[in-house]
Parts: sequence; C-alpha cells; structure tokens
Amino acid sequence: MKLTLRVWRQKNADAKGKMVKYPMDDVDEDMSFLEMLDVLNEKLQLAGEDPVSFDHDCREGICGSCAMVINGTPHGPQKNTTTCQLHMRHFRDGDTIDIEPWRARAFPVIKDLVTDRSAFDQIIQAGGYVSVNTGSAPEAHATPVDKVSADDAFDAATCIGCGACVAACPNGSSMLFTAAKITHLGLLPQGQPERQTRAISMLSKQDELDFGGCTNVGACAEVCPKGIPLASISQLNHDVLGATLAGARAD
Amino acid sequence: MSELQQEPTSVQGEGRWLLGDPIADNRAPDSPIGDRWSDRKFSARLVNPANRRKMTAIIVGTGLAGGAAAATLGEAGYHVKSFCFQDSPRRAHSIAAQGGINAAKNYRNDGDSVHRLFYDTVKGGDFRSRESNVHRLAEASVNIIDQCVAQGVPFAREYSGLLDTRSFGGTQVSRTFYARGQTGQQLLLGAYQALERQIAAGTVEMHPRTEMLDLIVADGRARGIVTRSVLTGQLETHLADVVVLCTGGYGNVYYLSTNAKGSNVTAAWRAHKRGALFANPCYTQIHPTCIPVSGEYQSKLTLMSESLRNDGRVWVPKERGDSRPPNTIPEDERDYYLERQYPAFGNLVPRDIASRAAKNMCDAEHGVGPGGLGVYLDFKDAIGRLGRHAVEAKYGNLFEMYQRITGDDPYETPMRIYPAIHYTMGGLWVDYDLRSTIPGLFVGGEANFSDHGANRLGASALMQGLADGYFVLPTTVPNYLADGPFDPIDESHPAVVEAVESTRNRIDTLLSANGNRTVDSFHRELGQLVWDQCGMARSKEGLEKALDRIPSLREEFWRDVKIVGTGDGFNQSLEKAGRVADFMELAELMCTDALHREESCGGHFRVEHQTEDGEAQRDDENFSYVAAWEYGDGGKPVLHKEDLEFSYVHPSQRSYK
Repeated sequence: MKLTLRVWRQKNADAKGKMVKYPMDDVDEDMSFLEMLDVLNEKLQLAGEDPVSFDHDCREGICGSCAMVINGTPHGPQKNTTTCQLHMRHFRDGDTIDIEPWRARAFPVIKDLVTDRSAFDQIIQAGGYVSVNTGSAPEAHATPVDKVSADDAFDAATCIGCGACVAACPNGSSMLFTAAKITHLGLLPQGQPERQTRAISMLSKQDELDFGGCTNVGACAEVCPKGIPLASISQLNHDVLGATLAGARAD
Repeated sequence: MSELQQEPTSVQGEGRWLLGDPIADNRAPDSPIGDRWSDRKFSARLVNPANRRKMTAIIVGTGLAGGAAAATLGEAGYHVKSFCFQDSPRRAHSIAAQGGINAAKNYRNDGDSVHRLFYDTVKGGDFRSRESNVHRLAEASVNIIDQCVAQGVPFAREYSGLLDTRSFGGTQVSRTFYARGQTGQQLLLGAYQALERQIAAGTVEMHPRTEMLDLIVADGRARGIVTRSVLTGQLETHLADVVVLCTGGYGNVYYLSTNAKGSNVTAAWRAHKRGALFANPCYTQIHPTCIPVSGEYQSKLTLMSESLRNDGRVWVPKERGDSRPPNTIPEDERDYYLERQYPAFGNLVPRDIASRAAKNMCDAEHGVGPGGLGVYLDFKDAIGRLGRHAVEAKYGNLFEMYQRITGDDPYETPMRIYPAIHYTMGGLWVDYDLRSTIPGLFVGGEANFSDHGANRLGASALMQGLADGYFVLPTTVPNYLADGPFDPIDESHPAVVEAVESTRNRIDTLLSANGNRTVDSFHRELGQLVWDQCGMARSKEGLEKALDRIPSLREEFWRDVKIVGTGDGFNQSLEKAGRVADFMELAELMCTDALHREESCGGHFRVEHQTEDGEAQRDDENFSYVAAWEYGDGGKPVLHKEDLEFSYVHPSQRSYK
C-alpha cells in the first residue's frame, strides 16, 4: 500500500523541530510499524539524508523502549499494543500517518522521536523496591501468598515503563506508572513493611520531577499497552491516605 | 596464562587455525562435587568492609547477570560503575525471556533434587559442559527462587498460596517457576529495583546510553573500559580495579534472531582481541517455536515460549506440499512427528532436537505456510481437554502476541512455527570463578560459555544469569580484589591512551568510508550467510564456503559502508556499524570452530556426523573438550583445549525416545 508519513524531525534537544512529509510507496501489510520506518531509513540513508532516530530494542512489546505518538495516540490505534507490535494491516492504502515523540515536560526530546525518560528511574529509586539484600531471603514457601493477590500484583507489575501514560495525560502526570509499582508491591506480604513510606516517597519524588498532577482524566489507562488498570491509582491514593493518617514520612 | 604465550605448535585445517597448548587448569576445587562450591566460598578471601568503598568495580550490562551483580556488590559496599547502552537498565534483553526459571526445589515431590537438575543440565548440554560449574548452578537455583520471592517477584501461585511450577523440555520433572509468559521481565525488574535501590544509596553509579567500545588492559590486568556516550558521541575512559562483562550473547550475528535489535558482541569481542579466549563459538541454539519469517523487510524474529509445547501438539500434513487449511486436514492425514519419533518425551524433546526435526520435515516438503518453512503447533486438543478458559490463563498473552503479529487467531487455527536463533552457549572462556584469561576481567551470564555445553535447556538461561549475578560473582570478584590494592592508574597510562586512540580511529574510519551500502544491508547479507552455512545444519563444504566469503564481505563493508551524519552526537547508524564490524570478525571464528569440530553435539550438527536415524553423533574420544580460541597474530585463531572430565555423569548418547 501507499502511505504518506509526517514525521517529527528535531536535530537535538535545543533545536526547533518540525513535521516532515515522506511518501511511502511499497508498504506490506505484514510489516510492523518499526519495520516500515526501517524501510524509510534505508531510503533516507542511501539518499544521504539523516535517518529518523527512534528508540527500540526487543521489538516484542516488553522492553518498553519504543515510544511514538501515532495519529495523536501514544503507540497508535490498536489497544494493548506497543508501537513495535503494531502492524501495518491496521492502516489503509492512501492513509496519512502522523508520527511524533512523547510530548511531556518530564520527557524532553533528545532527537527526532527519542526522548529522555530517566525520570521514571528516579521514581523507582525513591522506593519502588523491597529492601532485601542478596542472601538474606527466607525460604520461598515460608510465606504463602493468596492466588488472587499474586495475580493482581502480577497485573500491576507488567508495566513496561514506556511512558505512554505520561504522554497521553493532558497534565503530563506519571500517576499510573507510580501507582502500578505501589500496587504491585503493596499487594504482596513482602512489600508490607515499607508500604507506607514507599507510597509517600514515590509520590513526593514524582511531584518533585517535572510531572503534572493527576486529575482523574483516565487517558493513561486508555493507552497503556499492558492494560494497567486505572484502579491502581485508587490503590495509590488509598495507600497515601493511610500513610498520611499514620504519620508516615518520605524516606 | 604463561602457558598460552608459547609458540603455537602446529597448523591445522588447511592453515585456517593453529593449535596452541591445552588449558591445564580450570581452578575448580578438587573436593567431591557437592562440596566444591562451599569449599570455594570458604577459601575465597574477604575484603574488609571499610576498604570496599575504595575499590571500584565496572560492570557492563544490566541484564539478569549484570544487574544482579551490580546490586549485590553495591549492597556489599563496593564502589560500582554500571553501564548499559539502553536508556534505562530495565530494558536489558533478559526482559524478553518468557517461559520460566528452573530450580531444584522439589515442591512437587516428583523426584527432583540438586543432583537431578545437575544431571539433566549436563545431559541436556550433550556432555560438553564443565561438571563443577553445572553443579554449582543447580545448588544456587534454590536460593534464586527465595531471593526473587523476597524481592516481590509475582510468580504464579496455586490456590494454596504456594508457588506453581510447570514442565519444560528435556526434563521429566516439573521444576520451572514462572510469572505467566513474562518471567524474564519480572525477574529483571526484581534485579533492576535492587539496582535502583543501590543507585539511590550511592553505591552504584549508573551510566545509561553508554556503550563499551574497548577494554583497557594495563600491565597485564583489566583496569577499565573505553565508552562512547550514545547521546553526545563523547569517548570516555572509566578506570577500575576489576571489570565484569555481563553483555549477553551474539545471536544477532545471524541478523534475524529473537534477540533485541541492540544485542551485540562488541564488548566480548573487544575483550577477545585484548587477550581473552573465546570458547565454543559454534554452539548456538536454535529455538524450535518462533513465528516464521513473513517478508524480506523482516527485522527480527519473535519467539513463542517453549512452555507452549506442554499443551500444543506439533504436526505437519502427511502428504507433501499439502496446502489445505489446517482445520480441514483430517486427523489420520496429520503426522504428529515428535510424538511418533520420540514417544517418551513427545512434544517436550530438547530444543535442538525439536528444531532439527522441524527442519527435516520442511526439507522433505511437509512444511506449511509461505515457502513451506513452518510446522503447526496445535492447541485444539488442549482446548478440548482443559477448556478455553484454562488455556487462556496459561498462555493468554502468548496467543495475543501471536495474533498481533500474524493476524491469525490461535484459538481457532493452529499456530505456524519455525526454528530461529535464540541463544548462544559459546562465549568468553572463564574458569570456575568466572575469570577470563585476562586477570581482573570476569564474565557472567550468556556472555560466558560456562554452563550449558552444546545445548541449553529451557528455563536455564534465567537461572544461570541470576546464579552468576547474585551468588557467584559477588563471591569470586572480592576474592580477586583481595589481591589489591593494585598500582594506581590514570588517563596518561600508555594503555589508556592507546585504547582511546584506536577506538577513535575506528569510528573515524567507519564515518569516512562514505560508500554505497547501508549497515543493515551488510548485516543482512552476513546473517544469511551464517544462517545458511553455520545454522541448523553445518557441513565442511558449506563452512569452507562461508570462510572464503566472510573476509571479502568484511573488506567490502569497511570500503563501501555508508553512514550519514557525524560521530559527535546521536547517530544510530554509527552505533550499528561498530557492532556489525565486530560480528563480521566473530562470524569467521564461529565458522572456524564449527569446521574444526568434526562431530555433532547439541546445537552443533555436522551433516557428516549423524547416526543412521539422523541423530547427532558425538565423538567423545576426540572432541570431549572446550575449544577456547585465542586471537592470534594477524587474527589467525589459535586453539587451546580444555579437556572435559565426567566423573559424575557418564556420557551416553542422549536419548529422548
């Protein structure tokens, strides 16, 4: 099929960017979205032009590297699907496709479609872990975990840290990302001792960074490629309230 | 390693390689096998806690091995510098492992034990691994599960609240722990969170988007690395007391593989060129259940977890070239060839056997789908027996992924699968302590060669990465550091200056070629060549053909590659070019190794060496050794053999019938 791409080109963090049009003649419907961009990049390079930079690695929807706003939606039109797993069969001959980077204050553009998402690592550093040193673990069966909690914890833990939630949020809030980690660890017995400090610390770190506040819009959960439920945010608020009432402080 | 520095004694294989002296000692303790690791832990010297923060450890790679080692050494109080080329340590390719992690917990009471896991792994590796290392791996497996559960890894559980397990290929017990189809992700996030905790604590200094381009060896010891910032293009040196490479495997030499696009051999290959031996490069693993190639634009292959073979049945039409839709082919016209050929293990035979069987069926024109390069993996019986809901609970995310990629619904139509390169058992040679042949350079995880012999069993890669990272390296690295303090070193040391200069020259040469072909087009050509001649089946003729072609392809690459842009900023083509340049050199060593090994074992199948019914024919008398290659003068490989001793598991022909 034939397509017209309009791609955000920006030389570096300080440069002004713009949308640039590229006609594509020979797109196969079995191609993945990134394979279609590979084809564009081969053409650009042979013509001596700078290829489009974009983050990508596993191309199986699990590493969380790929990050493009496609026709206004982070990761494009297909539900529960990362950009790398989106295939061209979901587009029609003659379509024009807009491709832009994540747009959020906390994720500045590095080049073209590549952004700096290191703020997510900083949120995890603020308490997204269980403080257990290697070698000090008890026997795994010492603490049974009821299946429902284990499954719910898993559902929250599948977050891939791609940042689509932030890109979709009109406030640029990272609430769903933070809530997913708080829910994952808060549902497990291993996460209980630090539950309150974790909630307070991660939330204040998030506020300290360039993320906006959460106003319950819900766009984050709509675009999340791993289907992290909006209810995680209620869990976060529940934990923060509980922690505040109990007088917990940020770590 | 003075024994390696003598003149090679003879020329072999029509001058393609030289024979050097054997490796005399792998430095494993002499005690009975079950005591070796405890003995080593006790004999390992300790470093006074107050001195630890004065010692710097560089750890390259943040997958299961690197992430776990960096976190653990940080917890112990060492000054750790951790590096990854991705934008965050959480993106290392360990994250993509689906199926599970083995551990000899025997929670099922089905006869499992440390000894059985040890036995299965040695046998599964086709008797080409080192017994001492494998036994240690089996011992550590139980601690890994404890550690991960304590970190909050949400493993699958039963209604009792206890951990669930499932079966994997090559074993008859159920010892694989899993987190739906995302076990690697959950284990990696556990290690990543432990790492981030240490970053916050100030013990680990993290350098993301930073690629290692050379190893600095000064006065006979590994003392640092040369890196390039992916963001700014700036070359930097990082100096330390010890360097640990946990940089993964080299499957991307084939271009199409299940590896992430960025996975590469550069760190390991640079270390090889600085003197570290590279062992068994021809041992590569082809995973039997991947989604077939759909077109020439294909950029990577996607694996469907081996766990699917627990419930899926593999078949092809009995009639050649039968192109009817699968659901219209009656039962008695289907050949469930794995169940027919291997009644004891059926669909759960080890990976190498399942892959070769699929290739044989396709070579005999029973293959299905485009080009006849595929076989069916059918869940109809499982859905009938367990119900759709139960199948969905076990494999839901895998089915979804298959449907997203192919557009077909596996609940309705059988999946089409074909083998693809997935893992590399070969890697830098290490002794029992995971030390390479360069003092001060340790290698962990897939980057070393040590535990899987000629074939890795499913769910053992995660086990090895975490065993090395959480338990082995944190014992053996301090033992080395106890030799210190080492001579001070700074940027003006001639070895540092030389490493930076040669790295800069290499980048400049790549950028100045300004030829006519893109990096990817060279990589594709190399990959196809290696897949054809050094893939699922290898022959003397084919390997020689590849060995004759690779040097000229490499020459063309350096002369005709086209890289747009400059080296002083974000330039993804330049990053790829450096990696492909190293794959070009590695490919030659792989083929040399495959040519020299005149036997079939595990993933290495030489068509000249097979039994009457087409099974791999080992030659224990002549090839029961690790082939550790030295980068000789002018790049000519020099072979050093480490003889393998089997005192506990007696080599036999692997039989899964």
